[in-house]
Amino acid sequence: MKVIRKVPFYMQLPVSILFLLIIMLFAIWYGAADTTLKDVFEAIFQQKGGQYRSVLLELRFPRVIAAFFVGSALAVAGAVMQGVTRNPLADPGLLGVTAGANAALAGTLVFTPAASYYVIIVSCFIGAGIGMILVYGISATVKGGLSPMKLVLAGAAVTGFLQAIADGVGILFNISKDVSMWTSGGLIGTTWQALIGVVPFIVIGLILAMIMSRQLTILSLNEDVAIGLGQNIALVKWILMFVVVLLAGASVALVGNLAFVGLMIPHMVRAFVGTDYRYVIPMCMSFGGSFMVLADFTGRIMNAPFETPVVSIVSVIGLPFFLILVRKGGKAFVA
Amino acid sequence: MKVQIEGLSVGYEKQTIVREMSLQIAEGKITTIIGANGCGKSTLLKAITRVIPYQGGNVIIDGKSIAKMNTKALAKKLAILPQNPESAQGLLVQELVSYGRFPYQKGLGSLSKKDKEMIEWALEVTRLTEFCDEPVDSLSGGQRQRVWIAMALAQGTEMIFLDEPTTYLDMAHQLEVLELLERLNKDEGRTIVMVLHDVNQASRFSHEIIALTKGQLAGHGTPEQIMTPALLRKVFNIDAVIGNDPRTKKPICITYDLIKGEERDEEMADDFARTLVGSM
Repeated sequence: MKVIRKVPFYMQLPVSILFLLIIMLFAIWYGAADTTLKDVFEAIFQQKGGQYRSVLLELRFPRVIAAFFVGSALAVAGAVMQGVTRNPLADPGLLGVTAGANAALAGTLVFTPAASYYVIIVSCFIGAGIGMILVYGISATVKGGLSPMKLVLAGAAVTGFLQAIADGVGILFNISKDVSMWTSGGLIGTTWQALIGVVPFIVIGLILAMIMSRQLTILSLNEDVAIGLGQNIALVKWILMFVVVLLAGASVALVGNLAFVGLMIPHMVRAFVGTDYRYVIPMCMSFGGSFMVLADFTGRIMNAPFETPVVSIVSVIGLPFFLILVRKGGKAFVA
Repeated sequence: MKVQIEGLSVGYEKQTIVREMSLQIAEGKITTIIGANGCGKSTLLKAITRVIPYQGGNVIIDGKSIAKMNTKALAKKLAILPQNPESAQGLLVQELVSYGRFPYQKGLGSLSKKDKEMIEWALEVTRLTEFCDEPVDSLSGGQRQRVWIAMALAQGTEMIFLDEPTTYLDMAHQLEVLELLERLNKDEGRTIVMVLHDVNQASRFSHEIIALTKGQLAGHGTPEQIMTPALLRKVFNIDAVIGNDPRTKKPICITYDLIKGEERDEEMADDFARTLVGSM
């Protein structure tokens, strides 16, 4: 790993972005409909594109773009949570944040079945905030906070609780189908309309995360050290938690409940760029985006024309990763 | 730079740990805070450095109360090194030291020429230049402690506060850290305030010693004034034999016994029991 770290960041980032673009190109190129590379370029750069133009423009483009933003958002949210809590097992999916958004979404569908995208997004933010408050509330009752493992247990309990609420609401009001359409963890049928509603929030979250990255690095060292270096830690923590709620909530509005992305990507990224969040955050954006586009693409072509749920693919990769991490005592994957 | 403590009271929730304490920290000197476990040494240090808020009284630095000072402005005046801080895995020595420049940076914080000079100097003084590209967690305990001190130095402050900088280090590494601090005081004129457990080290390296007992001042003065059987009895509840170090001529505690019987009050016994349990 030391060899990788010797490569300067200004070379790593372009390479990772190139990798992202190539994966995105492939994801747009291949699919159930037999499109050619020429179709793709024509659809992007010209006003024509053969018979598949609408497939490309209306189905694949928004889906790939959504995958990128969801992957970026979850990876950055995970990195921020790990930094703030100094807990390498932190992840918005594992600590109840996305489950909270999920439950709020189910509740919203009960009251306003034809809720607009903004209503859904806002309810996701509120739910994400509640999920986070629940987990940290439990953690705060223990002096000195919970250990990494116990925090994950608390997260699992809160996730189970919120999931039960979402399921219960679905069954009770007979809207299970609508809820699962949102929350099955898929990007199937993502529309431009959905993207336009959600992406601005993710972009704001990502920019905020970037602006706060230096503060996050200092905070992740040790709270007393951060105070000593002149940081207003209460303010910084609030802003960072807001960023997590923004990113995780917006992701749920697009893709539903998805764990492990926020756990895995930051650890992989640290192996390349180290622990300074000024490098970790941008790298998480491109890596997380690439991962999600690739996972969604795999789900689409693995058993075409049937879709393999992206949540299964992510879990198949994520769970072993999580277990290895636990086995290592929750230590980071850094040389 | 003057630090004045006036009627300071500090505590957590309902429990008061430091009670109405008043003292002045000598400028350009090494001051060590000593005392039994739970006497409020670390709490006092944390309150002076605004890590924890205080309930009563005041800490005044350069004529201004720290409660009213901007935390970033304060970070340019005093640096702190908490008790055994852990560094993130894989963090390089020069990265950690460069964070000492945090109070001087804006935005994403690219390093200015002055920042780089300070970092280089801090690495040099702590003799870490050759390790600058190594991960901090690959170093020995003593070296790691020097990295944290280097970070505090890069902060470029007149005062440095350290909470038990020698804990978990072996005898040689303890001395190495203390000699480094002594050098910084002599050559650079830095004011150093630290908490130590070992009274002999306190005596050897400090100009002044602050002795605490149950959150109150038991004594404040030169090692000669503090290292007396009477005072050590009051502070640690021990019967100490004091002599002189044949090399440094400073007073040292040669041997000691616990005081048993009527003078040993309940609170002390509790403290002692807690320490025993804590160390198991």
